[in-house]
Amino acid sequence: MLRVLDLACGRGGAMLVSGVSFSVPTGESLILRGPNGVGKTTLLRTLAGLQPLLAGSVDCPTEQSAYASHADGVKSQLSVAENLEFWAQVYGVTGIAAALRSFDLDDLRGRMAGTLSAGQKRRLGLARLAVIGRKVLFLDEPTVSLDDASVRLFNVFLRDVHLSRGGIAVIATHIDLGLDAPTLDLTAFQASADALGGRDAMFI
Amino acid sequence: MIALLTRDLRLATRAGGGFGLGLAFFLIVIVLVPFGVGPDAAVLARIAPGSLWVAALLAALLSLDRIFALDHEDGSLSLLATAPLPLESVVLAKAAAHWLTTGVPLTLAAPALGFLLHLEGAAYAPLFLGLLLGTPSLSLIGTFGAALTVGLRRGGLLMSLLVLPLYVPTLIFGAEAARRGAAGLDVTVPLMLLGAISAAALAALPFASAYALRVNLR
Repeated sequence: MLRVLDLACGRGGAMLVSGVSFSVPTGESLILRGPNGVGKTTLLRTLAGLQPLLAGSVDCPTEQSAYASHADGVKSQLSVAENLEFWAQVYGVTGIAAALRSFDLDDLRGRMAGTLSAGQKRRLGLARLAVIGRKVLFLDEPTVSLDDASVRLFNVFLRDVHLSRGGIAVIATHIDLGLDAPTLDLTAFQASADALGGRDAMFI
Repeated sequence: MIALLTRDLRLATRAGGGFGLGLAFFLIVIVLVPFGVGPDAAVLARIAPGSLWVAALLAALLSLDRIFALDHEDGSLSLLATAPLPLESVVLAKAAAHWLTTGVPLTLAAPALGFLLHLEGAAYAPLFLGLLLGTPSLSLIGTFGAALTVGLRRGGLLMSLLVLPLYVPTLIFGAEAARRGAAGLDVTVPLMLLGAISAAALAALPFASAYALRVNLR
C-alpha cells in the first residue's frame, strides 16, 4: 500500500505541486497526467527519494521501491545481457532469463546496447524493472519510443507479472496505455509561483 | 559494490573507455621535460622527482571528469541512487575503479620513466612507494571534485580548479620522499604522511562525495 498525504514538491527553487493526496492499494496502479512541466517527473523523483519533500508525508516501503526515468541508464559499451546482469547484482537477485523473455530481448542478448534502436533500448530499460523485482515502481513515461507491440509487452508485464503478484505502480504518461487504472491529473494541484514565500526561501 | 567496480573496469577497458589515456599522457609529459630544460643530466636528475609527481597529478586529473559525468548523462546515476547500494559505496567503488585504471598504471610506469630523467638510483624505491601510497588520495579527492561538479556543463575545467589545490599536500610529500631518497636521507616521515593523507581521504571523502551527489541529483 502506497499512501501519499498532502505532499508538496518542487524543483530548482520553485514549488510545482502541493496538496497532493492519494493512495494506491496493493496490486493496483495509478496513472499521473497533466501538461508538460506540471511536475509529474518531480513528483515521481520525490516519491523515489531523489528529492526532499517540501511538505506532507509519503508512506511507502522505500526498500521495496524502484524508479525508472526518461533515461534508461543503459551502458552502450555493454551487451544487453551484461547490462541486465549488472543491475541484478546491484539488487542482489539472480536470473535475467524471464526478463529477457518478457520484453522479447532473447535474440538481442549478445548485442552491444549502443547498437540497439531507441525502442529496443527502452525495452532493455524496462527489462531492468523485471529483473530487480521491486514491489513499488515509479515509472516516468515508460512507453516513449515503443511501438504498439512493445507497449502490449509492457502492459502484459505490468498486469500479469507485476501487479498480479501484489505490486504497485505509479506511471506518468501522455498516451493511453490501455490499462484499467485510476487517473490523477496534477493540473489541479499546481502550486502558485510564490508558494514558498519568495524564491530566496529555498536557498536558506 | 563489487558489481559496480567490475562494471566500471569493464567499461574502462572497452573501446572509448579511456583506459591508458592517463598513462600515455604521463609518458608524453615526461618525454617533453628534457626537450624543455635541455639534456644536462645533473639538472634533469634534480628536477626528476618533482616533474614525475606533477605529471602523475595531471595524468590522474585527466580521467576524473568521466567518473560521474557519463553515468549522469545516461541516467544510471539516478538509478544507482535509488538502488539498495548506499551512495557512499557507489563513490568508493568509483574511486577504486579510477585508482585501478589510473593510479596503479602510473605507479608501475613511473620507475621506467624516471630512467628518462636520470633519476638517482636510490630514489626509485621511495618514488614507487610514494606513488603507491599517494595515488589513492588522488583518486579519492578527484572523485569528490567530480561529485561536486556532476551535471555542470564544462564541469571538467571547474573541477580541475577545485581539485588541483587539494592535491598540494600529496604532491609536497610525494616529491619530498623521492628527493630525500635521491639525497640518501631517511624517507619514512614523508611516506608516512602520504599514507596518512590517503587514509584520511578514505575515511572522510566518500561521505562528503555522496552528500554532494545527493544535492546535485535534486
